[in-house]
Amino acid sequence: MLRPYNGCMSGERPARLPERDRPWMMRTYAGHSTAEASNELYRRNLAKGQTGLSIAFDLPTQTGYDPDDELARGEVGKVGVPVSHRGDMAALMDGIPLDEMNTSMTINATAAWLLALYIVTAEEHGVGEEKLQGTTQNDIIKEFLARGTYAFPPAPSMRLIADMIAYTVEHVPRWNPINICSYHLQEAGATPVQEIAYAMSNAIAVLDAARERVDPERMEQVFGRISFFVNAGVRFIEEHAKLRAMSILWEQIGTERYGVQDPRHLRFRYGVQVNSLGLTEVQPENNVQRIVLEALAVTLGRDARARAIQLPAWNEALGLPRPWDQQWSLRIQQVLAYETDILEYGDIFEGSKVMDALVEELLEGARAEMDVVAQQGGAVEAVPYMKAALVDSHRQRLRRIESGEQVVVGQNRFEETELSPLTDDAEGGILVVDPALEAEQIEAVRAWRSSRDESAAREALEQLADAARDESGAVSLMVPTIAAARAGVTTGEWAGTLRGVFGSYRAPTGVGEATAGSSNGELAELRAEVERLQEQLGRRPKMLVGKPGLDGHSNGAEQVALRARDAGMDVVYDGIRLTPAQIAASALQEGVHVIGLSILSGSHRELIPAVMEALRERGVQAPVIVGGIIPEQDVPDLREAGAAAVYTPKDFDITRIMREIVALLAAEAERPALAAGSAPA
Amino acid sequence: MSPDGAALAARLRERDLDAAPAALNLLESSAPDDRREADVMLTALSPGTLGEEAPGHVIGVTGPPGAGKSTMLSALLAGWRARGRTVALLAVDPSSRRSGGSLLGDRARIDFDAGDGGVLIRSSAAGERLGGLARSTAAAAEALAVAFDVVVIETVGVGQAETDVAEVADTVAVVVQPGAGDALQFLKSGIMEVPDVLVVTKADLGQLALAARRDLTAALRSLGARSTPVVAISSLPPTSGIEELLDALEQHRDGVDLAARRTGARRTRALREFLAEHGDRGLRELGGRAQAERLLAAEDPGAEVPLLIDALERSLDG
Repeated sequence: MLRPYNGCMSGERPARLPERDRPWMMRTYAGHSTAEASNELYRRNLAKGQTGLSIAFDLPTQTGYDPDDELARGEVGKVGVPVSHRGDMAALMDGIPLDEMNTSMTINATAAWLLALYIVTAEEHGVGEEKLQGTTQNDIIKEFLARGTYAFPPAPSMRLIADMIAYTVEHVPRWNPINICSYHLQEAGATPVQEIAYAMSNAIAVLDAARERVDPERMEQVFGRISFFVNAGVRFIEEHAKLRAMSILWEQIGTERYGVQDPRHLRFRYGVQVNSLGLTEVQPENNVQRIVLEALAVTLGRDARARAIQLPAWNEALGLPRPWDQQWSLRIQQVLAYETDILEYGDIFEGSKVMDALVEELLEGARAEMDVVAQQGGAVEAVPYMKAALVDSHRQRLRRIESGEQVVVGQNRFEETELSPLTDDAEGGILVVDPALEAEQIEAVRAWRSSRDESAAREALEQLADAARDESGAVSLMVPTIAAARAGVTTGEWAGTLRGVFGSYRAPTGVGEATAGSSNGELAELRAEVERLQEQLGRRPKMLVGKPGLDGHSNGAEQVALRARDAGMDVVYDGIRLTPAQIAASALQEGVHVIGLSILSGSHRELIPAVMEALRERGVQAPVIVGGIIPEQDVPDLREAGAAAVYTPKDFDITRIMREIVALLAAEAERPALAAGSAPA
Repeated sequence: MSPDGAALAARLRERDLDAAPAALNLLESSAPDDRREADVMLTALSPGTLGEEAPGHVIGVTGPPGAGKSTMLSALLAGWRARGRTVALLAVDPSSRRSGGSLLGDRARIDFDAGDGGVLIRSSAAGERLGGLARSTAAAAEALAVAFDVVVIETVGVGQAETDVAEVADTVAVVVQPGAGDALQFLKSGIMEVPDVLVVTKADLGQLALAARRDLTAALRSLGARSTPVVAISSLPPTSGIEELLDALEQHRDGVDLAARRTGARRTRALREFLAEHGDRGLRELGGRAQAERLLAAEDPGAEVPLLIDALERSLDG
């Protein structure tokens, strides 16, 4: 991999490095269906030249439920692999040398648990925990802000993170216990300044919590183990400046706030997955060039180059990518690293006035925003503020796209297109997970529970609960967690035990605080229509917006809620992680006229019919509108199941969606049953 | 076709909780037919018709944003259900109506069991005035108090919200968080009325919460409100103070002359709504506030608000 550069003496041509740099670590965010199927995929990916693993877990695993939990319905094996116990982890890692592999896990609320399963699996293979390398994402604040896979309230969540940091620094020294994520903030609409400021504030909250759990002399080492997971959008010059700004800020925080001196520990280390928010369903082949340009943002300048990269697939806005789609993304990385000359030079932006000015501008904005967060008492306390700010930024971004001010090629400009041969196979160019798998996984986890030493499992859970109840925090939660993994406890039991002690939690939604939208011509027209509808209905039109299932990506639902409000409706925003029964109860009690549901995890085929059934049972007649990452070929089935309208990522104009909803309600209002609202009179 | 107000009233009187959503839809409607049926329903549910005050305990919960009201209400809901009480929660969103529309995000933060038919949560937007109650909210509380054991009206803020709630609720609880000196200042300066129960949240903060409780108790004492309980609670597990708060709310209700309080509140509301409709000029025509109050006092103590307004308007015509 390393080769001496071929050319003249370094003194004569200082631009060139004496030796070509080693490429970053190349990964593919992958996992689906079952541990066995995912293991096969990992081995194939490694054979293709991938140099590290990036595990995608399914939503039940991420939020701490077993496949047989009611909330897991429709989600098992969908957006990732289900891992319910050490048996699943062993199957997932089968034949992969754990002492050599560098494994990144996108896991947060249940990170301590999945790390414990990984440690126990390694132990079974005779690999000591001190040899393990990898990363657990473990950034709970951004889950509250943007991604929604939290399980416990903020305080105990921070305690779990601090315990993990303290444990890994001592026992698993090559592990990155936490990846501070700015990635998801950008996906939720963050501007570069917000991305920098909130990520840094978040890191400070984590470090402050860890400082209380580790020896002061270990603090330098703790600082050095904190890595970041960032995003890069298509404005790749500014995005590169963002990374340079982050690295300057990080060093400053290290020296000034934590007294870190060793330059190795002060280095800003980051992995990256480039932007998915900007990928389009229309003309999806254009996403390939977007991804390439975004990859440049994190590789061009040597001083702020990514340590590890995973690229999304061209068809992510359509559904789940297939192995071939992911291979394409890996090949992008390989062409960049092995064919271009990107790794042959020193930092190509050094001395650039434009770059320096950009960096300075971002630094100034970020410092000001960090001050605002600090004044609120830090990142944990400022979650409601940051959430509302993100919802607002995202709303502004959507308005720019709708108005054409921000060009999205193929979507709001240059829309004329030939038919794409990439999406004309029977499945529409995406991976479809076999729905029978969920039943198999339910059987499997039940079989696992009945075959283990039950008393040992019970005993382990009791010890875990005891440790959790000890508020002095003298007992590290990692120790009983690893013991529970060994004893054959399941993911749902581990999280359920901690929920029993810590309580469950619902994060702020950010929509209530978001400012009202401007009333341009189109919206004013819509408001007039809503007024007319109000006359027809006798009450102001009322809409329920929520997300069934475990998917926490709430951007779309939030923006629909805001726009409905701006259009003059009363909007009940019910948030994420709703069961069909909860949706039906809310719709009935609130007397809504229409229900808007958003699903991005691919579980719509199971969940929408289940919601329709629950609504029928409660006698709710309000029409149901479905939106999200819905493949075109699923639309007829959802309509068949009773959805009044289905919107996919190509429907980016929310005002138009609102107009259609209002028209639908006006038509329905002619039917006497609805005039009194959805409740049976 | 409008829903049948008399039939809905009959179901509520039989404590058929499933009738509640339709009753609320009717109360919120401005369609003339619906308004007529709503009046029929309200009359059938009024103390004058029932021969007694509605049995439900109407509790107003108010406090600044971020004080922890939603988490507290989740814990209270569980507490009431454990005591076998049915509960209706009317969550009033403060963000009044910008653009006419409103975003009601509170429901998402309240934990409840969707399969439990003994709990109803209904969100609505605030009235025209900042923090004020919509007229339908007051009527809803009265109607639901016939069917539910507990009816909670949750509003945000102090000042108008508190005054409006006091016109409907048997018990007003103000919720503050420790370290927020505002409550103390508001109390001392009289911006905030003395509540029936004062709740300090986030007791898990320890010293800070204890200090807040001490300061507030002292302030209340200096205002002569020695008997107002100050309850410190922690709504996150391990919860604390929730049982004490449930007891304090119940004790307050047991200690007030319910009929007198509600009659007074209905008359105040009728006068305020008359004023909103006819202005000071209308009041002068009646012969001033004192004369208006005398007119109201002559009415049946159980008369519902629309009937009282009618009485005032009749004097106007005559």
